[in-house]
Amino acid sequence: MPAAADTLFTALADPTRRRAIFERLSRAGELTVRVLTDHSGVSQPAVSKHLGVLKQAGLVHDRRDGRQTHYSARPQALKPLGDWMTLYGAFWRDRFDRLEDLLDRMDQ
Amino acid sequence: MTEPAADARSVVVERVMPHPPEKIWRALTQTALLEDWLMKNDFQPTIGARFTFRTQPMPHWNGVVDCEVLAVEPHQRLSYSWNAAGGLQTTVTWTLVPVEGGTRLRMEQSGFGPQDDNNYKGAAYGWQRNVDALEKVLARLASA
Repeated sequence: MPAAADTLFTALADPTRRRAIFERLSRAGELTVRVLTDHSGVSQPAVSKHLGVLKQAGLVHDRRDGRQTHYSARPQALKPLGDWMTLYGAFWRDRFDRLEDLLDRMDQ
Repeated sequence: MTEPAADARSVVVERVMPHPPEKIWRALTQTALLEDWLMKNDFQPTIGARFTFRTQPMPHWNGVVDCEVLAVEPHQRLSYSWNAAGGLQTTVTWTLVPVEGGTRLRMEQSGFGPQDDNNYKGAAYGWQRNVDALEKVLARLASA
């Protein structure tokens, strides 16, 4: 799997990051950490940490405005995941491993 | 079946396995064995037979792969269409070549078109479908 897809997956594998933050930003446009923290079920420092991971993966953009930082989603960063070939490449390699496990268990 | 378009691309996985072609063929064609490593299925090794692979449904994918057997050459070559909701229309071809100490097994999934890159573009939910699907695959990889 290409490194880019791997990074994106890691960033989005956490359900809080994916649902409470990235999906919410995708729907809402720009939000501050404080607004994101409301209803997220996690603390503000935790939300900030999640935002840092998403930012590193290129999935969110931040804009400073005085003392406030506004975050927005960058769904175009998901392009590597939108590729069926990337997905199936990982899928078949996994299945080859499982096939080999089965063959080892089978009688000749 | 339609031939893959000239600009279609393929995913290829190839591995030498220390097992004879006859044994690998069984794993590729017997329903129970196929389910063990790939997915639940009602495969039958008859050209023209339609069958499905089924896994757990996930958001925006019903978990079903619709297939039709295209080629059956015992112990050598097996090919079927691999079509899934969302417009994926591909062909999976298995080739078995005896080599010293085992078999070179090759899987080629062909027919990916440029349109398959566009799955999430402009689609409100498309990106999520792909992430969810990838998440499932990687969860399996992690637990393998």
